[in-house]
Amino acid sequence: MGDTAPFDEMHNADGSVREPYRALAQWLEEQPDKALTLMQSDAEAIFRKLGITFAVYGSAEGTEKVIPFDVIPRIIAAAEWRRLSKGIDQRVRALNAFLHDIYHGQDILKAGRVPEKLILDNSAFCPQMMGLDPARQVYAHIIGVDIVRVGPDEFYVLEDNLRTPSGVSYMLEDREAMMILAPDLFQRQKVASVENYPENLRRTLESVAPAGTRGTPNIVVLTPGIYNSAYFEHSFLADQMGATLCEGPDLFVDEGKVYMRTTTGPERVDVIYRRVDDDYLDPLTFRPDSMLGVPGLFSAYRAGNVTLVNAPGTGIADDKAVYTYVPEIIEFYLGEKALLSNVPTYNCTDDEQRNWVLANIGDLVVKEVHGSGGYGMMVGPTSSKAMHAEFRRKIEARPDNYIVQPTLALSTCPTYVNAGIAPRHVDLRPYVLVGDEVRITPGGLTRVALKKGSLVVNSSQGGGTKDTWVLED
Amino acid sequence: MTMLGRTAQNLFWLSRYVERAENMARLLEVGYRMSLTSRREGGASEHLMSMMQAAEVNEDFVKKERPADVDTVAHFMMFDPDNPSSVYSCLMAARTNARSVRTAITSDMWEAINSAWLEFSQIKPRDVRGAKLLGLLEWVKHTSHQFRGALLGTILRDDGFAFLQAGNFVERADNTARILDMKYYVLLPQTEMVGSDLDTQQWSLILRAASAHRSYRHVYHDRYKPQNIADFLILRPEMPRSLIFCARFIEQNIGTLGAFYGRKQVCNEAAGQLRAMVEGTTMDTIFSHGLHEFLTEFIAQNNEVSNALADSYNFY
Repeated sequence: MGDTAPFDEMHNADGSVREPYRALAQWLEEQPDKALTLMQSDAEAIFRKLGITFAVYGSAEGTEKVIPFDVIPRIIAAAEWRRLSKGIDQRVRALNAFLHDIYHGQDILKAGRVPEKLILDNSAFCPQMMGLDPARQVYAHIIGVDIVRVGPDEFYVLEDNLRTPSGVSYMLEDREAMMILAPDLFQRQKVASVENYPENLRRTLESVAPAGTRGTPNIVVLTPGIYNSAYFEHSFLADQMGATLCEGPDLFVDEGKVYMRTTTGPERVDVIYRRVDDDYLDPLTFRPDSMLGVPGLFSAYRAGNVTLVNAPGTGIADDKAVYTYVPEIIEFYLGEKALLSNVPTYNCTDDEQRNWVLANIGDLVVKEVHGSGGYGMMVGPTSSKAMHAEFRRKIEARPDNYIVQPTLALSTCPTYVNAGIAPRHVDLRPYVLVGDEVRITPGGLTRVALKKGSLVVNSSQGGGTKDTWVLED
Repeated sequence: MTMLGRTAQNLFWLSRYVERAENMARLLEVGYRMSLTSRREGGASEHLMSMMQAAEVNEDFVKKERPADVDTVAHFMMFDPDNPSSVYSCLMAARTNARSVRTAITSDMWEAINSAWLEFSQIKPRDVRGAKLLGLLEWVKHTSHQFRGALLGTILRDDGFAFLQAGNFVERADNTARILDMKYYVLLPQTEMVGSDLDTQQWSLILRAASAHRSYRHVYHDRYKPQNIADFLILRPEMPRSLIFCARFIEQNIGTLGAFYGRKQVCNEAAGQLRAMVEGTTMDTIFSHGLHEFLTEFIAQNNEVSNALADSYNFY
């Protein structure tokens, strides 16, 4: 996987254009000089106006940045998408079944299919969730599955994000911008719509309201506040769904029920789409120093008077060490073979595997088990010898804290850069909603590494985004 | 959709801070002009201090133990984060409030305040002197006008609008009353007998600080007379910064809230009392009661309206 040239999503090996990209190629050819340059600067103006920003941790207050947007869409054929979405559907059903089991009978541990120690000693395991029955037995309602492509028919799941994944607002705004910038391109082929996402999100949230809810459930989005890096997205989604955007102090618990403080007094809350981490949700149950949460929230949740989306404790199913067992998990609960592959992962606590990893570290990707956002990871081929040595030391010191994978040759898409159109590496995060049914938005967020040769697509590390098109037959 | 008490509070303060930024710019402009034309030893400094007193930031300034010269005071009024009413502090507070209620305001309003903040934070304080200062003060006023224009042109006329408007006019009433109180002694009827150049200059200062030096002529067709000036800024309903104009506007908007929520509250009463202070009275009555006493009571009652509003609609 490492040595071959990366898969070019637009061109065949002989240079001819792949089927799904035909209309785009034609369109690009027809564009007059400078048209793309102009589109690119228009795009920046659109995003600034919409106020789509993210804050980079560690930078001074007030320096929110606009995530770079690439004007050339990424295109997925209808058949390719059907395959992917089947695999995703299977995966999220299995992961929810796994979560229910882990917090109830723990059959999979008893059967020895997943090591008990890996779950029960894991800091992502949430003992407070034991025996609790969330509405419809759904734990992870909102999921972002990170997928990479390495060949025409080769897709790998890199990660399942089950803890309030972010980025869906970019998927929606990228489409909005693209329709303003290149309406004629949409007329040349049928592109699946993504704009139902907020409506589907609302339906999903309504469908998991507590059993005793009267009338239309009152849904709120709980944000840590304006200094959170994803605050824009929280306010955007609340706005799009017609839900109230709350901070911890806007909510309170009285006799096991959750209320929000309105201009006319307390109003009952039924469903909380929370973008606050587990640890900060309720100072009475989790971190006592949390200022972001709502005292008593967890007991209201336990009493079945409010639904938390996603449920606390879902992190046990997207832990990087548990990830390696997902094919096993799918087989155990669904009795099916996994449709989407995992990336082969080396276990450093095994002596033989660790020694091999230490000897070949320059070709491998090392990730911290609990790291995210591209922090705490090393991509061997693009890192210095000093970095290799540093990560060798780290792995030897705490082998259980790292997972190691081969460096995947992520597929490339044509991308508009200073020098013109050039291939850049991309990944894909489809967004999945699980409630009364599983709803998968066609496409998702394509992240692109704008630096030549770079494989790190995170926005905090110089990545951008692209509109993602799933073609309809 | 029901509104959070915090949202109502953020809206109220968002527009108070925008209005305050504008008022601070206008006061600084007056202080700056006065200090340029003062020939007396120490006169410039006195003007600047009394201007800061009207802005109620003089104590914060004294704490800094810096000389009250034009550049130092201008920096303090424009850029100093230690001054809670500096243009910097006001714009930042306005933007923070706006960001918290991003979904309750229109994108045009957000853009007006956001781009103002982004532009302002690019300015290097040491580059702002003399003519540049006046240019920047103009810009602050434009920012406020732009925000208000966006507000009036784009927002729904619901409870959010009423909270925004109430904040705007509570702040403005407070400002006008303070400007008058700063120089109340030059407005007393007996002053007219003196009518020195210095008095004329002070009167013009008061009018300028309320952006009223031109409109005064339209209403009175006369030279500056202290009684007219007081009348203009207190009792003239057509003057948009006068106490009566503001008080009526506040009562009206708080009345809208009562109607919207179908329930009158303590704040409706407080707003009614505020208006009653300036309705159906004359300058003679006010003077005989004592102008300074009247202004002090007005400021206190205005503050009472703000507190009652917070109580009635669950600000916290």
